[in-house]
Amino acid sequence: MDQISPVIWQFLVKWMTNFALFPPEASKIAPQMDALYFFIVLVSLIGLTIVILLVTSFSILYSKERHPVAVQIEGSTLLEATWTIIPLGLFLVMFVWGALIYFRVYTPPANAMNIYVVGKQWMWKAEHPGGQHEINSLHVPTGRAVQLTLISQDVFHSFSIPAFRVKREAIPGRYTTVWFEPTLPGTYHLFCTQYCGTEHSHMIGDIVVMTPEDYQKWLASSTSGVSLAQNGERLFASLSCNACHNGRADARGPSLANVYGSKLILSNGQSVTADDAYLRESILNPSQHVTEGFAPIMPTYQGQVSEEGVIALVEYIKNLNSNYRVEQTLNTTGLLPESEGKAAPAAQGTVKK
Amino acid sequence: MSNALATLPDKATARVPKVNYLTKENGILSWLLTGDHKRIAILYLISITFFFFIGGSLAGLIRLQLLTPNGGLLATDTYNKVFTMHGVIMIFFFLVPSVPATLGNFFIPMMIGAKDLALPKINLLSWYLYMAAGMLALYTMMTGGVDTGWTFTTPLSTHYVNTNVLTTGLAVFIAGFSSIFTGLNFIVTIHKMRAPGMTWFKLPLFVWAHYAASILMVLGTPVLAIAIVLVALERTIGIGVFDPTKGGDPLLFQHLFWFYSHPAVYIMILPGMGVISEVISTFSRKRVFGYTAVAFSSVAIAVFGFFVWAHHMFIMGISNYAVIVFSLLTMLVAVPSAIKIFNWTFTLYKGSITFETPMLYAFGFMGLFTIGGMTGVFLGTSGTDIHLTETYFIVAHFHFVMVGGMLMAFLSGIHFWWPKMTGRMYPEKMSQFAAVVTFIGFNFTFFPQFILGTLGMPRRYASYPPEFQILNVFSTAGATILGVGYLLPVLYLVWSLKYGAVAGDNPWHATGLEWQVQSPPLTENFPELPIMDHDVYDYEWLEAKEQAALNAKEVPSVG
Repeated sequence: MDQISPVIWQFLVKWMTNFALFPPEASKIAPQMDALYFFIVLVSLIGLTIVILLVTSFSILYSKERHPVAVQIEGSTLLEATWTIIPLGLFLVMFVWGALIYFRVYTPPANAMNIYVVGKQWMWKAEHPGGQHEINSLHVPTGRAVQLTLISQDVFHSFSIPAFRVKREAIPGRYTTVWFEPTLPGTYHLFCTQYCGTEHSHMIGDIVVMTPEDYQKWLASSTSGVSLAQNGERLFASLSCNACHNGRADARGPSLANVYGSKLILSNGQSVTADDAYLRESILNPSQHVTEGFAPIMPTYQGQVSEEGVIALVEYIKNLNSNYRVEQTLNTTGLLPESEGKAAPAAQGTVKK
Repeated sequence: MSNALATLPDKATARVPKVNYLTKENGILSWLLTGDHKRIAILYLISITFFFFIGGSLAGLIRLQLLTPNGGLLATDTYNKVFTMHGVIMIFFFLVPSVPATLGNFFIPMMIGAKDLALPKINLLSWYLYMAAGMLALYTMMTGGVDTGWTFTTPLSTHYVNTNVLTTGLAVFIAGFSSIFTGLNFIVTIHKMRAPGMTWFKLPLFVWAHYAASILMVLGTPVLAIAIVLVALERTIGIGVFDPTKGGDPLLFQHLFWFYSHPAVYIMILPGMGVISEVISTFSRKRVFGYTAVAFSSVAIAVFGFFVWAHHMFIMGISNYAVIVFSLLTMLVAVPSAIKIFNWTFTLYKGSITFETPMLYAFGFMGLFTIGGMTGVFLGTSGTDIHLTETYFIVAHFHFVMVGGMLMAFLSGIHFWWPKMTGRMYPEKMSQFAAVVTFIGFNFTFFPQFILGTLGMPRRYASYPPEFQILNVFSTAGATILGVGYLLPVLYLVWSLKYGAVAGDNPWHATGLEWQVQSPPLTENFPELPIMDHDVYDYEWLEAKEQAALNAKEVPSVG
């Protein structure tokens, strides 16, 4: 499907794009999806032409003037089989081809860089790992697989980039992911495509695709100075998470160093992989996710941490390889179990007001 | 040989029969308390036309707003209410009841040789429920409206809007029961009230299509009712079924909602397909090609229709494997529709075709439904759905199916049976003109929207980037033409009630039992119990019968 004649492709896509009849192809998946799109267009046109030709020619040949007496025909099993099997076969080709593309769009490669996106009425907030925050825009480099981890803070939103041919729903209470590899530098539309209330049509923005060099410059010039994980670390201390999750022998909570991606056995016997979704759930709804061997004493942080705060915590835990710094913060801030919950609000506005 | 099918009684002497279901009783109460399925059908016809024009005016506002990129006409809040009410009214108060409650109500008993529906009082009740629901919806609109979209998506509808979600929900809930009662009535009637000799495979395909649609109504609509009740409980007392902070799942609502609302698409289109079968057969003087295939494809659509709902949720984070299953099932449900299109096409083969208005609309249906169906395959294919869903491509797709398909079928059926319902012909030239205007206007309105959707323009936007303007201007211009196309039939059909030519019993020489009695029919439909002693769509039987009647007239029997 990638080997379509460049001449035809030029005609189909470039020409139509120039006349604003077709969106630009700015990601690696775009030409692949367009190939399928044009295949279905072609099949539809052929099908429609057959129906129109048959109806027109029958209408002419068998009009009452030319053909005053109808010949009664019961039907034809052979014809019925023909127009059952041929469309079914074509639909199945589309189904398989479509499923292959679908899996590609929603299965990020392992080396993809991850950017968190939070949707809320009515804006998109992007959190880069380097601590760059963006609202209603997203800067990404060409030639690199970019994964978005999306969540909504309120209602359903949908993150749509027509030029990349990708779209993913941002759902309250659950992470979803999508990935793409931008190919063509430029500025493209970002739309919210799931109706989300009054200002739905203003929940739009720009996707800025840059060359890797420009992107590095942009990263350097836009950083807040504190990376997402560092932000998470502060929050981890200020919410007193470190009081229990500190890796000490007598700790009341499990150590979180290297927990990301590992297999955990829960107290109810379930076995789970500690991914983003699991970490988020464990912070907001801990009683459902108690690791084997620990008491269900962790309080819920529902309503105390914003989605961005949770993201910072998740990013921090993801990158936590040892408990050395956890111990350090514990010693320097002197937070003891007794002072739990009396922590000072975190910096960077990551705690909900 | 003339190129027209209709033969009308001699103009000078023809009279509409004095005694018929319209003249049997007089006064407003005789209508409001009637148990006659034909009168109830007329009540429905008037009511759904009223709601159609309200929904249509809202569509006009939408198109006007979208004439310019920053949409200066309506505030975003107002625009959101307008498209929500357009959807709610068109779907629940026009499309769902359109063909079943009017033409189905009127003709199912007549086609199977019955005096009435099995449950006449329930039939009247379903009209009252419909009206109560409709009035509640209008009241809601007048007192501030609702801006959730017709899909009532949670948690938007439960926690984030301050508009009249509860009253709109109640209106849809009540309308749902109206629909359940209609479906139940049809099922019982088709099972129990068939005339002697009327076996299942002698039923007109119109009846088969309604039978399939009725099953969907009875089994699907309660789930919608449940979903609405849950939204109401969530909104009022916060039970949390759809609230993730309370352990609920917001996606669950969409599963429940689409479990009804996808079959609802078939509730809307199947009766229309029934109309097309009758019309194509009559105007090509031929038995429908592959009668059993067409009958069973209706049933297949009804059955598969229940197992494809999650194709509305491909990008919503349901499991990739669920996507595969639902995409495959969606492909399977596309096949029976293709079968129908080809069977109708081959019904024309070796027929003797005339091109009166019902046939023109039927041709329009076939073309537009083919496009509507094929564009559905773009969306059922999981890969392309990612790009096209939630854009104007979807809007164009379902308008091709619902307006290009269903509304064309409805107009085809109304013109086809108008002589039977009123005893008068509609003006042919004028209505052919209207059919062509509708077809042109429709394509101008909705075809550009496929391109807009491919470009990525999201649906439900009150404003849009300026590069989309040209196509939107096309669409609005087309909508104006379409509006004229819809207004014309109302005018000339009302005109024809008084001035139309007297139709006689069977102007189209159609074979259905409904055409073998006077127009308009008697209240009891048949003067004596009909016996189905011939096959369905048996044009030879009809010819022999007409010849016999002619002979009887020309050679007065002696003695």
